[in-house]
Amino acid sequence: MAELLKSAETLEDKLTQEVGFDDHFHDHHHGDKYQSNFITTYIFSTDHKIIARQFLITGIFWAFIGAAMSIIFRLQLGFPEADLVWLKPLLGKWIQVNDLGIGKLDPEFYYALVTMHGTILVFFVLTAGLSGTFSNLLIPLQIGARDMASPLLNAFSYWFFFLAGLVMFISLFLSTGPFSGGWVAYPPLSALPQASDGSGAGMTLWIVSMALFVVSVLLGGMNYITTVLNLRTKGMNMWRLPLTIWAFFVTAIIGLLSFPVLFSGLLLLVFDRSFGTSFYLSEIVVGGQILDRVGGSPILFQHLFWFLGHPEVYIIILPAMGIVSEVLSVHARKPIFGYKAMVFSILAIAFLSFIVWAHHMFMAGVNPFISNFFVIFTLIIAVPSAVKVFNWISTVYGSNFRFNAASLFSIGFVSMFISGGLTGIFLGNSAIDIQLHDTYFVVAHFHIVMGIAAFFGMFAGIYHWFPKMFGRFMNETLGRIHFWGTMIGAYLIFWPMHYTGMAGVPRRYYSIENFDAFKHFVGLNKFITVAAIIVFFLQIVFIVNFFYSIWKGRRMTEKNPWGATTLEWTTPIDAGHGNWPGKIPAVQRWAYDYGKGGKEFIPQYMPMEKGEHDHGH
Amino acid sequence: MRETNPIIFGLKLKYSSMTSLIIILCVVLLMIVLLQIAKVMELTSRIKGERAALKASSEWNGWLSLAFMVVFLVGVIWSAWHYRNQMLGYGPLQSASEHGAITDRLFNTTLFFTGIVFVLTHIALFWFAYKYRYQEGKKAQFISHDNRLEVFWTAVPAVVMTVLVIQGLNAWNKIMADTKEGEDYIEIEAMGQQFGWTIRYPGKDGLLGTRNFRLTTGANQVGQDFTDPKNWDDVIPGQEFLLPVNKKVRVRIIAKDVLHNFYLPHFRVKMDAVPGMPTYFVFTPTKTTAEFRNELRKYEEYNTPYDPTEPNGPKRWEKFDYELACAELCGKGHYSMRRVFKIVSEQEYESWIAQQESFYMTQIRGKDDDPNKGKRLPIDVDAPALEPAPATL
Repeated sequence: MAELLKSAETLEDKLTQEVGFDDHFHDHHHGDKYQSNFITTYIFSTDHKIIARQFLITGIFWAFIGAAMSIIFRLQLGFPEADLVWLKPLLGKWIQVNDLGIGKLDPEFYYALVTMHGTILVFFVLTAGLSGTFSNLLIPLQIGARDMASPLLNAFSYWFFFLAGLVMFISLFLSTGPFSGGWVAYPPLSALPQASDGSGAGMTLWIVSMALFVVSVLLGGMNYITTVLNLRTKGMNMWRLPLTIWAFFVTAIIGLLSFPVLFSGLLLLVFDRSFGTSFYLSEIVVGGQILDRVGGSPILFQHLFWFLGHPEVYIIILPAMGIVSEVLSVHARKPIFGYKAMVFSILAIAFLSFIVWAHHMFMAGVNPFISNFFVIFTLIIAVPSAVKVFNWISTVYGSNFRFNAASLFSIGFVSMFISGGLTGIFLGNSAIDIQLHDTYFVVAHFHIVMGIAAFFGMFAGIYHWFPKMFGRFMNETLGRIHFWGTMIGAYLIFWPMHYTGMAGVPRRYYSIENFDAFKHFVGLNKFITVAAIIVFFLQIVFIVNFFYSIWKGRRMTEKNPWGATTLEWTTPIDAGHGNWPGKIPAVQRWAYDYGKGGKEFIPQYMPMEKGEHDHGH
Repeated sequence: MRETNPIIFGLKLKYSSMTSLIIILCVVLLMIVLLQIAKVMELTSRIKGERAALKASSEWNGWLSLAFMVVFLVGVIWSAWHYRNQMLGYGPLQSASEHGAITDRLFNTTLFFTGIVFVLTHIALFWFAYKYRYQEGKKAQFISHDNRLEVFWTAVPAVVMTVLVIQGLNAWNKIMADTKEGEDYIEIEAMGQQFGWTIRYPGKDGLLGTRNFRLTTGANQVGQDFTDPKNWDDVIPGQEFLLPVNKKVRVRIIAKDVLHNFYLPHFRVKMDAVPGMPTYFVFTPTKTTAEFRNELRKYEEYNTPYDPTEPNGPKRWEKFDYELACAELCGKGHYSMRRVFKIVSEQEYESWIAQQESFYMTQIRGKDDDPNKGKRLPIDVDAPALEPAPATL
């Protein structure tokens, strides 16, 4: 095997010398002089590989915070009688101690935790941490580029994300608490500090943080699109792109088109909050005070928000889909089944994602007639999604499937995407949504389909490309324990929520004990909370494995440990800024020639043989 | 009491903090054990050789996949069966409204199709992963695509979705249709506010009076305009809200401060309350509270004590009521906006509403908030009639 790889590497060098793309990289004396000390190498770097790692580690930090928050509010839901005094050193006044010395979580802070959990996970972890990490790492490496089109804007993209996180983090320590009106920030609640403590300074910082985040997404997105369109190496036409790149490319387009709409929505909210306008406010009496605001509509904000909000769920899931397609194919040792169908389904999903937003608003008081269109388009999305699922399953069929942490998480992703996707068919049908809207059924649906599934895609990507990032492997045993524990645990957490939802229990309830119809689910809630705590600790296993492996993991000894066809595995193990020391390899075939003509795999730089069919065309 | 708290490293610890210390130590220890196992496994795999390790791992995880698939699918079916009598639409919790039956049927139709897909895809996914697990020297098949197969599995979901969309939209447009002119229905108003609901009934005239948010005062919470005669007989009951069975109800849903959502789970009724924009939901209750209780009575789950601390107290079915909840986050008291609707026979409803006193006459008339103060109104009963009574009476 080692010899085989050695000879492959010699062949690769020879081919790159002969037909590779010469951009006179050496003539400029790059040598990355600016990367001369720790700060320029690891902190204010413009190397996409370093920026990817920055996104990832920041994402892990936020994932930990967001998950810890969910554990605290799950404690309230699972153990409403429990004494939480032991959390007082951490949460301070948000734990109210009664006369008996029993500490209770303040409802205001419960809602702040729920809100922050949503905001952090959706934006900081599953948008920046997932798409930011892998778009940055893989776009230049897989298309054969030295770096992004604009490495500087790319660095700015990270630092705006960092600032957004900083502002959000500061808001956690406000005396009135962070914003507590739900991650969707619906006005009037989010516009009126009189209606909720968190809508004061907490909301101001939330908006500032989101604005900075929008800048980050736009800078990143412009870069990803430009890079994919303009910096592909010789021979890398669009039909030879790995599905990862297709997914990141389309994700960036969606982000570029939808995030500015969120920004404009928030801008109008700022006007309503600070300058006395009435875009979203009308006929309000709050705290005994009659507000002189008429003519606005809270529904307008919901339209603007969900015009981002719905594409946002595809911004989260598409990169995970791309990663899973790639990882499954590599470890199945088989081409991804129906490459073109996969690309077209990504494009179809992206297009449809812009015309389904009001399915979040069937019960919001919009004209019921309008809902007809949104039902139709929403259920159409099931078709390209189904195609993707069938293609993943067919990729596993007839394979020589290598089970490891990366491929296991890909299988887990497909399972989660099926389970969560199918419940979307219930919710997308407005007549059924009457009953299910804003119940735990929705919580189960989106956590499985875009929470767990996206996380699984991310984990698959991390385990698979960790050697590319750090030159070492993550520990496989811990990875498999992490997978099986999380797979079983995640279903134990979210599957029962379908039942509570079908029993009508509304989401975002501090306590379900006020209602006879809901209160007998306290026992099930306890079960869910215990499962959540176990899964939380399993993620710590992952974090320990991650950081331990950065310094102590098994060393990578060969360039292409998985036997993959794509270009990122042709760079040196410790590639510097610029990725390839000499010429950039030229691409001569599509990315999925696994098991073709009796060969285990044929890298993309290998020339086509006479009469060989090119599957990328 | 004797001081028994131990002293460790000069620190006096309480027993409660001792427990947490032990828990933390256990977790840390577990982590270390895991890490050591992981290291050992990595070493053995290096000794065995990468291929052999991969083979062993694939064997193991292939079997685990298969086991997971079986346990998962059995668990899903078992748990659904276990909770069937707690979920709306099944067991005793059949819909209590006319349209609810349609949404429940649609739910089950969707469940039928998605259930088939769910089971088949899961079996295929994990079975294939197991069956085609890594074997030394085995070659994967080179299958890049299959147009016929792909057309087939694009067309089938498309057809199923078409069926679901048609059924769904049929139901939706029927359910959401507003009342037509000349139809016989009761209109009530539900106003959401932080944190509760104010329910207003029309009085004898059957019409709700107009309101203007600027007229809101401490006494006049809804902002009723009392220069409008329609308001004079409107009723705002305090605790109990009754509705007649089998009679169409149109709920006009409004919000005073922020968004709320008028949610009656047993009737499959849900609609946001939006400040500045009244919304509505039209439904017809089909089961009285007493009838629903009788349904529940037949089920074991509802024959348990309502209050677990009182084993001989009333049973769950005896205390059942139709509850109104809020289903749109509205602030820190969102979870506490409970009200109870009682569905009764038409006669019972008529006699109840006849007994209710006008909000205006009992709370506002003659006070500072009354715009008609000093004027005589036709509904003033205690005052002499506007014109002297004819001598013949």
